[in-house]
Amino acid sequence: MKTFEGQRRAWVAELEKRPPAQAKTPSRIPLEPSYGPESASARDLSRVGYPGQYPYTRGLHASMYRGRLWTFRQYAGFGTAEDTNARYKFLLEQGQTGLSVALDLPTQMGYDSDDPYVEEEVGRVGVAIDTLADMEVIFRDLPLDRISTSFTINGTAAILLAMYLVLCERRSVPKEKISGTIQNDILKEYVSRGTWIYPARPSVRLIVDTIEHCAAHAPNFNAISVAGAHFRDAGATAVQEMGYTLADAITYLQACVDRGLDVDAIARQISFFFYTHMDFFEEVAKYRAGRRLWAKIMRERFGAKDPRSWMFRFGCVCGGSTLTVQQPLNNVVRVAYEALASVLGGVQSMFTTAYDEAFALPTEESAELALRTQQVLAFETGVPSVADPLGGSWFMEALTDRMEKEIAALIERVDAMGGMVGAIEEGVIQREIAREAYRQQGRVESGEKVVVGVNRFERPEEPKLVLYEPDPGILERQRERLAGVKERRDASGVEKTLRDLEAAARGTANLMPSLIACVKAYCTVGEMNGVLVGVFGRFQEPIKL
Amino acid sequence: MRKTFRVLIAKPGLDGHDRGAKVVAYALRDAGFEVVYTGLHQTVEQVAAAALQEGVDVVALSILSGAHLSLTRKLAERLEALKIRKDVAFVVGGTIPPADVPRLCDLGVDGVFPTGTPLKQVVGWFQDLREGRE
Repeated sequence: MKTFEGQRRAWVAELEKRPPAQAKTPSRIPLEPSYGPESASARDLSRVGYPGQYPYTRGLHASMYRGRLWTFRQYAGFGTAEDTNARYKFLLEQGQTGLSVALDLPTQMGYDSDDPYVEEEVGRVGVAIDTLADMEVIFRDLPLDRISTSFTINGTAAILLAMYLVLCERRSVPKEKISGTIQNDILKEYVSRGTWIYPARPSVRLIVDTIEHCAAHAPNFNAISVAGAHFRDAGATAVQEMGYTLADAITYLQACVDRGLDVDAIARQISFFFYTHMDFFEEVAKYRAGRRLWAKIMRERFGAKDPRSWMFRFGCVCGGSTLTVQQPLNNVVRVAYEALASVLGGVQSMFTTAYDEAFALPTEESAELALRTQQVLAFETGVPSVADPLGGSWFMEALTDRMEKEIAALIERVDAMGGMVGAIEEGVIQREIAREAYRQQGRVESGEKVVVGVNRFERPEEPKLVLYEPDPGILERQRERLAGVKERRDASGVEKTLRDLEAAARGTANLMPSLIACVKAYCTVGEMNGVLVGVFGRFQEPIKL
Repeated sequence: MRKTFRVLIAKPGLDGHDRGAKVVAYALRDAGFEVVYTGLHQTVEQVAAAALQEGVDVVALSILSGAHLSLTRKLAERLEALKIRKDVAFVVGGTIPPADVPRLCDLGVDGVFPTGTPLKQVVGWFQDLREGRE
């Protein structure tokens, strides 16, 4: 019988005799045919450690999902406030534990439903919110003290936060029980997704305002969810996704510190949000590497003392641009693998998309199947029983180390450019990610990257594409409600609170109290945004192909 | 003979998804076209004015918000009003359901490229147009 060293040599000799094809991850990290203990010889085991301890490579909690499963958080919201309210009730009855609100583009961009410029967009990709009155209907009869609510909102995040806080106050929810997240990550909007309004610098100020306000008035509400997801769907690799997201988070935290906030008092406001794509082990390694790097950044760069400040808490979406229009049922399989990778990566909350989301708004049936995908994983596979089951795998630890190195190098490059704000104003990041998207498209079209049902194993078929057609009555009903609110509200209160908002925006005060006063006076999203655009101006997009 | 063949790639409306627009821009540029990109959040008036000012041969709209029918109708009217409707070809790409393709053609659109159209096919269409014009 051979010794271990003899076995290793025989394996190397076999590979030399019959060299295998080269392989690399989508981030272009070269892969060995297999990994053994030689890959771990230089590794400091304290950087791997155990779950629940610095540097958290293996997860945030000592026993991870045995203590508490991840949150099942499905994204929904369309049409009118009433439709959305009904959908939420359905999802909560089905066992969902967190709500996620999709808003229409006018709300995201600061326009009211009665603005003629946006009439074709009202209620189309999410629910329309013009005033507090809409918020009241969306959350009617829902237990706000027992659910956590996540808003995908950026440009107008401070306004929507003000509305949710006023709603919670009126429903007498104790401030410790207000739970949820606003996305509120404007920097990535300039790079992908595009719902930016003001220039970067005043936008970052608004974000600091929300973080500061939540720390004092809603300590369990995450004022920001720094999102890599949209970098990813715009074409970024896993390394770029994590690297630019951490660089954005550094920018926001530095702005908080510059205002004089104590890093340990605000760190828990920050959580992260990513897409999990198809390269299974690279995705697991991305999360392990990001978690370790963030702990180090918080501890060493920002000097955070509280271990909870070092924790990289993240949610993810499974699906996104990996879904295909062709052979849509294949998407069920894709989402299930991505969900498994996310859980092995230590995710805190997960959204599994429906298989038909690549071409339609999900039906009740497809939305239910998406939720069931998580439930089967959580309750049937046994995967949650052991924390970080891939920890100690020669391959996984080697890949985690390599990903961490690449991500850290990207952050250093951003630092060398003077930080994310400058790099975005110059259009550098936008161009890098668009170039990557073009490269990936080339790989798919050449067949180098296989997508089952798209460029291999195709079946001739007419791809289905059903767009959600908003009920033509939505615009009418939404405008009626808005007109009613405008009729009933006290015009002098509106005028006064908007004037106060303008004065505050011209100064340096935290804008949240002024926005909350506007919301209570039933000012519209468009009115509040109009005041802020008047003071801050609009972002000038650098157009560099 | 014309020296260059210019394409305006435009993002009308509030939709901020520009991955497809930029990928098509790169592909056309690599195929020897001159590409002008408007950036996001353009009004139909701004797009038409850019088409006139840049003297482009093609206006290509990228729309993923589902608002393609009304935005296309408005742009066609605007190009007509500026009296350049006959000089420029007009194409639309993005999340376009099959049922809307004939509707877009009825609005006078010369080409429709729904999400998932291979780049080769898109570039080929532009090359055919260029050859036809030379």
